[in-house]
Amino acid sequence: MSVLETSSSWRTTSLWRETNMKVRQAIPVTAELGDTSQLARFDGEVVCEPPNNKLDKFGGTLYWKESKYPLSNQNMLLRGCVLRNTEWCFGLVIFAGPDTKLMQNSGRTKFKRTSIDRLMNTLVLWIFGFLVCMGVILAIGNAIWEHEVGVCFQIYLPWDEGVHSAFFSGFLSFWSYIIILNTVVPISLYVSVEVIRLGHSYFINWDKKMYCAKRRTPAEARTTTLNEELGQVEYIFSDKTGTLTQNIMVFSKCSVNGHSYGDVQDMLGHKAELGERPEPVDFSFNPLADPRFQFWDPSLLEAVKLGDLHVHEFFRLLSLCHTVMSEEKSEGELLYKAQSPDEGALVTAARNFGFVFRSRTPKTITVHELGQAITYQLLAILDFNNIRKRMSVIVRSPEGKIRLYCKGADTILLERLHPLNQDLSSITTDHLNEYAGEGLRTLVLAYKDLEESYYKDWSERLHRVGSAPEAREDHLARLYDEVEHDMMLLGATAIEDKLQQGVPETIAILTLANIKIWVLTGDKQETAVNIGYSCKMLTDDMTEVFVVTGHTVLEVREELRKAREKMMDASHSVCNGFYQEKLSSKLTSVLEAIAGEYALVINGHSLAHALEADMEVEFLETACACKAVICCRVTPLQKAQVVELVKKYKKAVTLAIGDGANDVSMIKTAHIGVGISGQEGIQAVLASDYSFSQFKFLQRLLLVHGRWSYLRMCKFLCYFFYKNFAFTMVHFWFGFFCGFSAQTVYDQYFITLYNIVYTSLPVLAMGVFDQDVPEQRSMEYPKLYEPGQLNLLFNKREFFICIAQGIYTSILMFFIPYGVFADATRDDGAQLADYQSFAVTVATSLVIVVSVQIGLDTGFWTAINHFFIWGSLAAYFAILFTMHSDGLFRMFPHQFRFVGNAQNTLAQPTVWLTIALTAVVCIVPVVAFRFLKLDLKPELSDTVRYTQLVRKKQKTQHRCMRHAGRVGSRRSGYAFSHQEGFGELIMSGKNMRLSSLALSSFAPRPSTSWIDTLRKKKGCEGSSAGSPSGTADKTLRV
Amino acid sequence: MKNKTNVLPREGEAQPSRCPDNTAFKQQRLPAWKPQLTIASVLSSFFLTGAFCLTVGVCLVLSANSVREIQIDYSDKCSDCSKLRENSSNWNKECHCSVNFTLKENILGDVFMYYGLQNFYQNHRRYVISRSDAQLLGRNVNIQRSYCAPFSTYRNGTPMAPCGAIANSIFNDTINLFYNHNSSVIQVPLLKTGNSWWTDKNVKFRNPESYNLSSAFAGTARPPYWQKPVYLLDEEDERNNGYLNDDFIIWMRVSAFATFRNLYRRVRRVRHFTEGLPAGNYTFHISYNFPVTRFKGRKHVILSTVVWSGGSNPFLGIAYLVSGTAATLTGFVITGIHLKLRKKKTYFQRR
Repeated sequence: MSVLETSSSWRTTSLWRETNMKVRQAIPVTAELGDTSQLARFDGEVVCEPPNNKLDKFGGTLYWKESKYPLSNQNMLLRGCVLRNTEWCFGLVIFAGPDTKLMQNSGRTKFKRTSIDRLMNTLVLWIFGFLVCMGVILAIGNAIWEHEVGVCFQIYLPWDEGVHSAFFSGFLSFWSYIIILNTVVPISLYVSVEVIRLGHSYFINWDKKMYCAKRRTPAEARTTTLNEELGQVEYIFSDKTGTLTQNIMVFSKCSVNGHSYGDVQDMLGHKAELGERPEPVDFSFNPLADPRFQFWDPSLLEAVKLGDLHVHEFFRLLSLCHTVMSEEKSEGELLYKAQSPDEGALVTAARNFGFVFRSRTPKTITVHELGQAITYQLLAILDFNNIRKRMSVIVRSPEGKIRLYCKGADTILLERLHPLNQDLSSITTDHLNEYAGEGLRTLVLAYKDLEESYYKDWSERLHRVGSAPEAREDHLARLYDEVEHDMMLLGATAIEDKLQQGVPETIAILTLANIKIWVLTGDKQETAVNIGYSCKMLTDDMTEVFVVTGHTVLEVREELRKAREKMMDASHSVCNGFYQEKLSSKLTSVLEAIAGEYALVINGHSLAHALEADMEVEFLETACACKAVICCRVTPLQKAQVVELVKKYKKAVTLAIGDGANDVSMIKTAHIGVGISGQEGIQAVLASDYSFSQFKFLQRLLLVHGRWSYLRMCKFLCYFFYKNFAFTMVHFWFGFFCGFSAQTVYDQYFITLYNIVYTSLPVLAMGVFDQDVPEQRSMEYPKLYEPGQLNLLFNKREFFICIAQGIYTSILMFFIPYGVFADATRDDGAQLADYQSFAVTVATSLVIVVSVQIGLDTGFWTAINHFFIWGSLAAYFAILFTMHSDGLFRMFPHQFRFVGNAQNTLAQPTVWLTIALTAVVCIVPVVAFRFLKLDLKPELSDTVRYTQLVRKKQKTQHRCMRHAGRVGSRRSGYAFSHQEGFGELIMSGKNMRLSSLALSSFAPRPSTSWIDTLRKKKGCEGSSAGSPSGTADKTLRV
Repeated sequence: MKNKTNVLPREGEAQPSRCPDNTAFKQQRLPAWKPQLTIASVLSSFFLTGAFCLTVGVCLVLSANSVREIQIDYSDKCSDCSKLRENSSNWNKECHCSVNFTLKENILGDVFMYYGLQNFYQNHRRYVISRSDAQLLGRNVNIQRSYCAPFSTYRNGTPMAPCGAIANSIFNDTINLFYNHNSSVIQVPLLKTGNSWWTDKNVKFRNPESYNLSSAFAGTARPPYWQKPVYLLDEEDERNNGYLNDDFIIWMRVSAFATFRNLYRRVRRVRHFTEGLPAGNYTFHISYNFPVTRFKGRKHVILSTVVWSGGSNPFLGIAYLVSGTAATLTGFVITGIHLKLRKKKTYFQRR
């Protein structure tokens, strides 16, 4: 954060990248310092407020040379702003690093964990409790057994030294069983989960379809712990500028005298579909044309060349009526410095069509009209403001005619037209509706010829009003109003706020996937709403778009209440029968069952009230009932608060996406933060969990990677719990047959290797590679995303099912061999039921059953899956025979006492029949249940796999949706990211270079300075509360 | 501007491309087999499983039924002996009893004689580990460090050979079978070797190396419950003596459950017994040494034949029949449900 010392020309900054700019200047004393040597000797002292997060306020005092100078927000450059139209500036750093206002706004970094993680921790605790319960049961069993049976058995098996009672024996047995049964607590689970997530992160990094060739940036998973949560997102909070839009305005269409230009046409003159664009219009005839400007409709240029007067007047207006500054570095190389990109686009368009705005002085505007330099006398600029929603210039042409050119919002301007224009006006309105339907920002252009005498009279009155200090604003407004009526309609312009590639499609697909998208932007309301339309978040089909702009708590509450009432009324009329029941139920449920689509637009100052503790629930309920929510003019901290609010009351996974430093707080707050890595620095990316360079990759991240990740993780967890329970519970059953003595069923090596070698890799391979439907299908059927949001694939219920299956398996795994072995003998007459043979049989059948089970669970058998599954089985038998070999026994007789067991036991047909029976009985019911579930209640993913029929249906739906935007609308497409004050600035000439000033006869305006006006107006707007300082009158001048 | 455009491509050449490789692995496009549960595959697997289980079940039941088995509980029949044995001070007093039984039919084929114990917890953890495999391998090891305690050494420090609870509690009844043929009593010839696993006899158990067995076991003492030292287990057959004694080896292979049977003898098929055991009256002569009443156990002597699936083993056959039936029935149920559902589906589609 720095105080400016000096600077050049007029400097404006765009803080958190609103499209419009703000003026910042140095305090006069320091501005006069001039060269660096003097600057170096500067020894002032600044006393100021402590670091805080208020972006629009600053209070401090500069002590220098025994005098005090107040410092306000006007003298500050905040971290994160971009200097525009400024060549250099010197400053003093006041706060740095974490003390800057931006970083104060960014919120605390929190350790993010997924909901599955939290569930897993709970489940592991439960399992631990279960383990203790089993231990207690078995310990009690042991105490009873030792008391009843063990006592008698003491001649053969005396108690250990130190054990004197059955009770103590039970106590020891408890700990033995805790040790033996500890495999039920999946310790290796955490490691495996991390490995799987790492794999998924690599897949995200490796995804070629998320690589942006233009910026040469692949997608990056910056954290490896959140992947499966990507499959559960319900709310997306998106920044606008740089995320949804490119922040580039393009002159895309216009309507001149009832003729619409700008549709891309093919050879036959039909409207061409997207993608088959012909060559852009060739502007080579115009040496001053901007080579970057592209226009696709040649008929407009033809009209210009043919000398259509209306078209000429249209472009003349565009080249005259604006507040753009031009800079000509060398002959013909024009550089426009526009206060808002919309204006820049309009002036550039006029420039390319041969009406080149060349230069301006406070009193003149020089325009090259089709190669001919014409200088207009600039008589007045009727400046833009948010109430007027229009701006005009009054110019005197070289012929001496005085004409008023006006551009502004359709709603305002169409009312102020001359009655003669009725026909033209209705045609133009149709065009405007069409443009608005396409999400273009529209402006209506009109002109009016003024009588010399009338103008004189008017300007005198203006002069008088201007010099009168009291109620100047009102008088001015009335005067402007007076002159701007009975105008002649010229046409309309349509500017495209260029969206990032694929934004509407992405939003449409994400909406179909039942993800709610909220746009949080620092931008103006009109701009935000317009973008809402152009990216199809808002549509004309919507029942109503509520706009909340209240300034006080009561207003906001009232507006929210009205919105809710309207929505409820609508739903009542739809389903009147349920009215009574609904009244009794909770308000939220009523709001969630609302029929019709609504949208909510809320302003930053209203949001501040809405986020207060007593209203936040109301706000959230209203907002969540709406299909789309747009918050405009919000501060970074408010963004985070909104996210926090949703997190707090809606147990839903939130995702925040943004690209600038102003999004950091919300990225950090949301469950998942996504950073758009682009031109705008890397703070957002650094704070994010995932980063890529295009908004459209979000659909792939969520619908493909997130979905798969969630699916895989859930399948993995289910299987993991299952296999551990199936493995461990056998000990529990065996406890009842071995006097609760903590005798294990399996060989010690099997226990060691089961989780590490025999069963770990196949399930890991499934967790990393499994796919239920191919990636194209998840895009085609966004509904496939829903199970994740509803948390269907792994929850407590699924967990208990897995556990139940594991216990069922363990029961069969123990009791079938028990039944077979109890009295059995081998085919050579020897005993079959020895402990070691039993251990090998149970272990082998366990390995086979869990392998078959993973085979069933694996829906996507890649070569790796094959290798791991078959490899695990092969490894089991290889290790079994090695462990039971003579050589190892001779070396370590105490360690490998199962010598010869494998070949003796596994040579028995009975043993194999037992294993086969166990496998059949364990697996067949699972297959039956799965198939019946598939047959009776198929999930969408199952259906997708089976039928192509549904697919065709949905495709046609998609097509309908795409065309829906073209339907005519009855709304204004007006949006103008402009700020008032610049007209006056230009007329004062204070922003002009000396060279250009010298050309003009500079008449100083009386009374108040332009900068003061600027401040007052901004103060009214509410965006700045910086009080105008007394020293501001003596503004800097270079 | 111009500068920049010149520099950019050069940078591009210098930097390695950050574009991910277009390999099937990295793009998750590995060729894969995607099995699905279709009605055809599920039903065929159910019916095949059902058929398989039923077939195996029928075979098992049939073969298990062809097994002849005679089981005689003699723990009460020799009540005098059992009372005698209850007092451990009488350990060296001999006690004999005999049990008669009649075979109504011939038992053909190989006949095996087992002793069965009930309620004897050979699978108790402390029991299972109470042995020294190194000692049984004929090695001179310090059995103090094994889990043999309290059956490792006597108070005077003499180690027990073999040590441990398993060895100490060896089943030491002697059972002989007599055939009462035409008022003459013929002892049925029984084989006492060849009953254990080859690996046990040849790998797992070895006598200590010495010029004769008694010297090999010099410095050791018999376990407390034994009546004679280990090198006198079978004085007739050198290869069945010491640790290599088959009865000992079989006993040392502990059972998985508290009720079990161990192979004791095989009927040698000579003279009258070439076909097996002919019908008639038989007598078991039992030298009753092993006390079971103290731990509420039972003792049996069992005669049985075997088939390919082992001895009498009704459980496996029945289990196969039950699961085969269940699988087949499930197959039919699934077919029914599926057909019903398919009607519903078409109904929905028409709507």
